[in-house]
Amino acid sequence: MDLFIHQVLAGLATGGIYACMALAIVMIYQAIHHLNFAQGEMAMFSTFIAWQLIEWGVPYWGAFFLTIVVSFIGGVVIERTVFKPLHNAPILAHIVAFIALFAIFNSVAGFIWDFTIKSFPTPFGQESLFGSGLMGAHDAGMIGVTLVLLVLLFLFFRNTRVGLSMRAAASNPDSARLVGVRVGWMIALGWGMAAAIGAVAGMMIAPVVFLEPNMMLAILIYGFAGAVVGGLTSPGGAVIGGFAVGIIENLAGTFIPVVGSELKLAIALALIVTVLMFKPTGLFGARIVTRV
Amino acid sequence: MTIDRTIASDDAANTPVAGSATKARMVGGIPVAWQRTAFFIAVVIAIALPFLVKNFTIFQLTTVMIYAIAILGLNLLTGYNGQFSLGHSTFIAIGAYTTAILMEFAGLSFYGTLPIAATICFAFGFLFGLPALRLESIYLALATFALAVATPQVLKLSPFEHWTGGVQGLLVFKPEAPFGLPLNSDQWMYFVTLAIGLGLAVCAVNLVNSRSGRAIKAIRDNPIAARAMGINISLYKTTTFGISAAYAGIAGSLSAVVVQFVAPDSFTFVLAIGLFVGLVVGGVGSITGALFGGLFLVFVPNIAEEVSKGLAGAVYGVILLLVIYLMPAGAVGLIRTAAMKLATRRR
Repeated sequence: MDLFIHQVLAGLATGGIYACMALAIVMIYQAIHHLNFAQGEMAMFSTFIAWQLIEWGVPYWGAFFLTIVVSFIGGVVIERTVFKPLHNAPILAHIVAFIALFAIFNSVAGFIWDFTIKSFPTPFGQESLFGSGLMGAHDAGMIGVTLVLLVLLFLFFRNTRVGLSMRAAASNPDSARLVGVRVGWMIALGWGMAAAIGAVAGMMIAPVVFLEPNMMLAILIYGFAGAVVGGLTSPGGAVIGGFAVGIIENLAGTFIPVVGSELKLAIALALIVTVLMFKPTGLFGARIVTRV
Repeated sequence: MTIDRTIASDDAANTPVAGSATKARMVGGIPVAWQRTAFFIAVVIAIALPFLVKNFTIFQLTTVMIYAIAILGLNLLTGYNGQFSLGHSTFIAIGAYTTAILMEFAGLSFYGTLPIAATICFAFGFLFGLPALRLESIYLALATFALAVATPQVLKLSPFEHWTGGVQGLLVFKPEAPFGLPLNSDQWMYFVTLAIGLGLAVCAVNLVNSRSGRAIKAIRDNPIAARAMGINISLYKTTTFGISAAYAGIAGSLSAVVVQFVAPDSFTFVLAIGLFVGLVVGGVGSITGALFGGLFLVFVPNIAEEVSKGLAGAVYGVILLLVIYLMPAGAVGLIRTAAMKLATRRR
């Protein structure tokens, strides 16, 4: 039983990472209705910017917020330059554009900052909580940041005019345009926000997995798993999904003998497929009804 | 099987221009004579090439054709049936491992393993097509992507190590040219691949233009209307998945012999994404597009590397973006538009 609780705690800690990433994925899905395969690389790039700022002597929180601003602008610029011309292109072209972005970010980051592993500072300290050594102060801080982000997003979408416009642009672009919402800019704003949230996720994750251009690959897949399990239309669901993936991955790795550490990733993927089989819209996703 | 159908099988080209003013027979706005000529020139070049270039280039060209076969399979699934797959590397892996294991442990010749690999992949594809029925667009892309990511890990698993060779993989022997033909093994495998590729292309064209092919396309365009017309959607979708997987499996089987080696890390999701890129670059819903996709996959990374060693990935990405902007309908779309313009001008 002790082992079980420890594993659940450790799962919560890693789940925090996935939840963060899943949140960023769901955000961009809300805005553009595509899964951004380059999301992880964008987050990685933002984290490198933060690292560079800290290297240049900027204090942590200064670098933190500066990076968020830079990432937001970067996200908007990417949407305006790369994806706006593709607006009417088929979904296949979009996916290829994501793959192209993925290759570009990965390669440029490796070119500027090379592929050696770098450590990234944490603002929360490294001592462990509960004396167990499983849940560190940073893990707790990361979970806290994720939850704060979630609340802020919830308030933004529910209580602000821009949030309402964004929801309108996503759910019915034509009608939104008729009532004066600038749909194109709302999509760009969605990209900016997703990039900013990705940056936060990257900066929270980097102290755990270390900073290098390929750090986000596995995390992105777990993030997808979390987002899909929770439902791509529900930010809250994505966070819960992220935690669930972290816990299940840990428990399966410990208690199912064949799985061990090699097959952990496959577990996350099996989870995606199983959930999709029984609830194609995820556990908390809204069912989409289309008119024929 | 007539040649004009081989080239003009593509979706948009299927409607003959009614009331054409000229005497020349047209398909899709392009004279059939042009298409025949293009096809014959292509075949002549394909047969002459292995006698003109270095062995390494022959190997590269064989790889192009192998990719083209896999992309063709993916195209049947994605381009014609509208089901996404970012997981075709799995079926390539199954095909490659089937061939390698049967040659190693059952002592079969390569040619004997080919139909077995295709059958096993068809079965796997058909079975994977069942859960895929419940998933739509992006969710299916994700589920298949999951499959692609899990494949190398499963291949490395210790319980299968005796058969798969674990991380090390298995060595495969390349067959020599039979009947004392004056060809080296690279040239022989080139022709084997060419023959199989052509055969599979003919099958694909016939399938797409048949009654079943129309059902497959109808499901892509409007599943509800297709069902109302009495098409068994589930059966067609799963069967298409199986056929598509069988194509990928044959490609995998060929690749095992040509590379003379199978290992888990040759079949990562990078391969699956590559096939997807090849599909879009070549032309979605086009049989000939697969060849251009294969060319892109083999040669563009090399070009990117030559432009800049450190930034090869970025150059590749930029080329990819340019391709999407400049050729939204893929290489075949571009060629078709150009040919149609020429044909109209001559009239």
